[in-house]
Amino acid sequence: MSNTIALQLKGISKSFGSIRANRNVDLELFHGEILAMLGENGSGKTTLMNMIAGIYYPDEGQIFVDGEEAVIRSPKDAFGYKIGMIHQHFKLVDLFSATENIVLGIEDGEPYRLADAEKRVREITEKYGFEMDPRKKIYNMSVSEKQTVEILKVLYRNADILILDEPTAVLTPQETQKLFAVLRRMRADGKSIIIITHKLHEVMAISDRVAVMRRGEHIATVETAETNETELTEMMVGKKISLNIDRDEPQGSIDRLEIRHVCCVSAEGVRLLDDINFTARAGEILGIAGIAGSGQRELLEAIAGLQQLESGEILYRNPKTEETEELRDKTPQQIRDLGVRLSFVPEDRLGMGLVGNMDIIDNMMLRSYRHGRSLFLDRKKPHELADQIIASLEVVTPSAQTPVRRLSGGNVQKVLVGREIASSPTVLMAAYPVRGLDINSSYMIYRLLNEQKRNGVAVIYVGEDLDVLLELCDRILVICGGKVSGLLDARTATKEQVGLMMTKVGGGD
Amino acid sequence: MEQTRSVRTEKKRSEPLFHITKRSTVTLAQAILIRAIAILAALLLCALVTVVLTGDNPISVFITVYKGAFGTGRTLVTIHDIAILLCVSLAVTPAFRMRFWNIGAEGQTLIGGLATALVMFFLHDTMPTLPLVLLMLAAGIAAGMLWGVIPAFFKAHWNTNETLFTLMMNYVAIQLIEYFLKIGDKSGSNVVGPALLGEGIPNLFGVQYLFNILVVALLTVVLYVYLNYSKHGYEIQVVGESENTARYIGIDVKKVIIRTMLLSGAICGLAGFLIVGGASHSINASIVGGRGFTAIMVSWLGKFNPITMILTTLLLVFLGRGADEISTQFGLNSSFSNILTGIILFFIIGCEFFIRYQVHFNHSRRKDERTKAKETPNTTEDA
Amino acid sequence: MEWITVIAAFLQRAILQGTPLLFGATGEIITEKSGNLNLGIPGIMYVGAISGVIGSFVYENSGADFIPIVGVLVAFVSSLIGSLLVTLIYCFLTISLRANQNVTGLALTTFGTGLGNFFGGSLIKITKSSVPFIALTDTGKAFKTALPFAKSLGWVGTLFFSYGFLVYLAVILAIVAAFVLKRTRVGLHLRAVGENPATADAAGINVTKYKYFATCIGGMIAGLGGLFFIMDYSMGIWSNNGFGDRGWLAIAIVIFAMWKPDLSIFASYLFGGLYILYNYLNTSMQMIPIIQMLPYVVTILALILISVRKKRENQPPAALGLSYFREER
Repeated sequence: MSNTIALQLKGISKSFGSIRANRNVDLELFHGEILAMLGENGSGKTTLMNMIAGIYYPDEGQIFVDGEEAVIRSPKDAFGYKIGMIHQHFKLVDLFSATENIVLGIEDGEPYRLADAEKRVREITEKYGFEMDPRKKIYNMSVSEKQTVEILKVLYRNADILILDEPTAVLTPQETQKLFAVLRRMRADGKSIIIITHKLHEVMAISDRVAVMRRGEHIATVETAETNETELTEMMVGKKISLNIDRDEPQGSIDRLEIRHVCCVSAEGVRLLDDINFTARAGEILGIAGIAGSGQRELLEAIAGLQQLESGEILYRNPKTEETEELRDKTPQQIRDLGVRLSFVPEDRLGMGLVGNMDIIDNMMLRSYRHGRSLFLDRKKPHELADQIIASLEVVTPSAQTPVRRLSGGNVQKVLVGREIASSPTVLMAAYPVRGLDINSSYMIYRLLNEQKRNGVAVIYVGEDLDVLLELCDRILVICGGKVSGLLDARTATKEQVGLMMTKVGGGD
Repeated sequence: MEQTRSVRTEKKRSEPLFHITKRSTVTLAQAILIRAIAILAALLLCALVTVVLTGDNPISVFITVYKGAFGTGRTLVTIHDIAILLCVSLAVTPAFRMRFWNIGAEGQTLIGGLATALVMFFLHDTMPTLPLVLLMLAAGIAAGMLWGVIPAFFKAHWNTNETLFTLMMNYVAIQLIEYFLKIGDKSGSNVVGPALLGEGIPNLFGVQYLFNILVVALLTVVLYVYLNYSKHGYEIQVVGESENTARYIGIDVKKVIIRTMLLSGAICGLAGFLIVGGASHSINASIVGGRGFTAIMVSWLGKFNPITMILTTLLLVFLGRGADEISTQFGLNSSFSNILTGIILFFIIGCEFFIRYQVHFNHSRRKDERTKAKETPNTTEDA
Repeated sequence: MEWITVIAAFLQRAILQGTPLLFGATGEIITEKSGNLNLGIPGIMYVGAISGVIGSFVYENSGADFIPIVGVLVAFVSSLIGSLLVTLIYCFLTISLRANQNVTGLALTTFGTGLGNFFGGSLIKITKSSVPFIALTDTGKAFKTALPFAKSLGWVGTLFFSYGFLVYLAVILAIVAAFVLKRTRVGLHLRAVGENPATADAAGINVTKYKYFATCIGGMIAGLGGLFFIMDYSMGIWSNNGFGDRGWLAIAIVIFAMWKPDLSIFASYLFGGLYILYNYLNTSMQMIPIIQMLPYVVTILALILISVRKKRENQPPAALGLSYFREER
């Protein structure tokens, strides 16, 4: 690492509506260093990086590249300053080869010769030690190969500053090691690299310095060699904030749902869930903590009958018949036919839980429209339910006939949670139910979940805010990379404990 | 520094003049107003084209159009035309609500007509009217269903492109009819007529076409209720809006696709039965006359709502018959109506944009960004 | 040697039948590669034909001496202009106004077919001309002019050299289109637009511009198919609906050739051959419709096969039929 500054941010701020994503951020990046950006979800890391890459334009502040002020309004501008970003969501044409994707959009006035481009791609791959066939089609590639193509795209355009947004989130440990080796070779070549990650051991392994973000602000930048994981965790999660969420003692907890050795693999062959075991009890809230994309979604969808399992069992103890039902490989309809009253508030509210173009009444019917033998819909009861939810949950809407896509985020969520609770479930799963909600709506949701708990429902709460998890839940299951990394009593656990487990594969302490 | 700044202002100027955003809300009144303006503009253009081509004055052109549609003895024919076009349009509507682009209504109707004609051809003098008509109906509907369900089956299981599939099925149906014509009528004419098919459906109360008109009127109401108040209709809408949601609540998407296309095909088959059995009493490849394609536009323009579709059908049929009258009167080609229909369609299709999107002209926006751009360097100097 | 002459004559007629289809298919492939499913192609082909007819009609009846090369140019240029104008309607509605492509395309086919038949049937009346029917025999002859030595070469001449220039142009355009799509930067960018417009946009490609250009060029090429049919194949004599369903057959070829312009040359001639096969088979008249059904059945089978086999290279462009709006959520 040299001591000359490659990139400097001064007083960068950015707001989206009323949400301040970044507040007065100063940051420096040296030539030939790897800087890790560390922070929880929503701490503003990606927004900040997007401003360097030309996706967003800052509201305030300046960016300097090699000491000169830079105006970056588009990714093209960014390439002009030799800055390239590798996003989490790949932008690739599936049908094209690696090289075709790499040269896409380049108008350099040179004649178009794919063979020449392939040669250059080969040179780059050899120089930095990538494993990549330039002619391989994207649709034949694994996730890590696709990521390699994205990195090559940036290198092909001669970038000297590379930003990688959570590159290891989709990689296996072995692939991660290979990526790190490549990054080290780039550093040796004088390139500057910013890597966004949640995983502390990776931060320790790869970075020269660590910049920690929290709630949109840059907390500190420290030398990696002079810090440790505990200190970083403290900086990242901050001091515990008291939220005063009510919590009752669980009453006569009975096992309701048992998950045994559940494994699941994605279409691309990535292991999403790896031997997950836990039990959800009636009358308690089980929190699930983890970095985004650690397998939470797949886990809930597997229980709901929406995700194919590779192996394992999902056992449900029916409170009425006292019998145990196997839910694995059953469709949502079959699960319901067994008399299992399972409610699910999915992460994707308008894409899965609700139909945006339908009004509140019709959305109420999604769960209940099949009732009765009649061929026709009964809109009377859903209408009553809609009115009741609007009144009791204080949903702000012109009427029950308003399409839900016109409601604000908080009100959409109230409609969804209200409907899921209305079917008097025995198991209630909620994925990030307070994401994007204001304080009052959030507390409303906590209150509703607690009510369900008092009614003897087994509640599973997937959350990202550790303070909430610690105050709302009875037990917290921590998962990391599709594996269970710990099960804690929420009343005694500390934020640091949870934070460490979230970022460390297989580690309990 | 100076240089970067000038680059920046240069950039600003090359920004587009306007930008487009999706409208979040549009009131019913606004939507109706936009459409009314579009139709009015289209009619004006049609009038202009007509006046230029015929040299007649606009008022007498309008009178001619009106006479063409509702002149003496024509009202019934016009209403029947509306009924038939509406029937085919109703047929494609359930599929469209599901976002299944069935553009094979022409073929599904033709094959329904062919099946009806076959029953008439072989059985018309062997049995009494009532069982014959019932048999014709059953044959027509069954054939239409078959033609509709084949593409649906492949769509449901292998995601085969339904637009292209249903399109190709139209021409298979046309050739099958040609084949029947060659076999059915050895004289080599291009139509198998009443002499070989019999009289088909008798007139109700002595009024021609009354049967067809009543059937379609009933169908409109039934389909409206089915789509909006039945569980099936609800499932169709959920699948069309979001397959993800459909799976989340446990709807069998494949089943809904196949079931809905069976219905779509069945109604087309019914239309074929009505055309052959209740109106033409003859069969050839042009009895549907492109209604299968016009129906797609009727349904789309009517927002897939059977009641609104009555109005769009009325507009297109009225205009078509009026244009026919103009071309007869001025010795012009009868395809004149296609030109006018095209113009109307273009305008209505185009105006949907202004209902769904909002255009913001960057006039004022650019100005305040320029002032902002000036301010930013100032803060630099402060810092 | 008798049989080879018969085969050459059959192939020659297949090629003549296939040429309008080839123009249409090439035009539609270029269009679809940009993600636009233009179902207005059958209408555009009518417009291409009638525009050429109107141009020639005016020229032939202008009283000036008929110069063949000028006659051809007038028809050619008027055809291109006519096709371009109606294609622009489609482009404006589907690309700028993001209207539904199926509905717009079908409306354009209604409009274009109507335009063709209307002017074909009323041109004489409108221009108050004294001729009894549209017979542009001079222009037709000029379009049909083959290489002079064709006749002296026997069956080789019949098969390869007996055509007017549009037959060769159709093949050249198909080959050029294949080359551009496969081997040039423009082709790469165009394919990216049709496969994944968001990615193309992010890579700095002007999606709107590519869609407009591809669709307009595709429309103009397809229009030449109509022109060929009326000027060369029909020798300048217009008959209403004479062009028939060839426009839809061209769309079928696009599927059958799996969106590859070079393959569409053979597919067009094959379909052209199927169209006239009955003349050479010893079948009764009754079988003609069954034989004419074959191209469509074969296309459906091809469509099923490519969707069941799921080979990625043979699929329709992934964004086919969808309008692109950058700010779409």
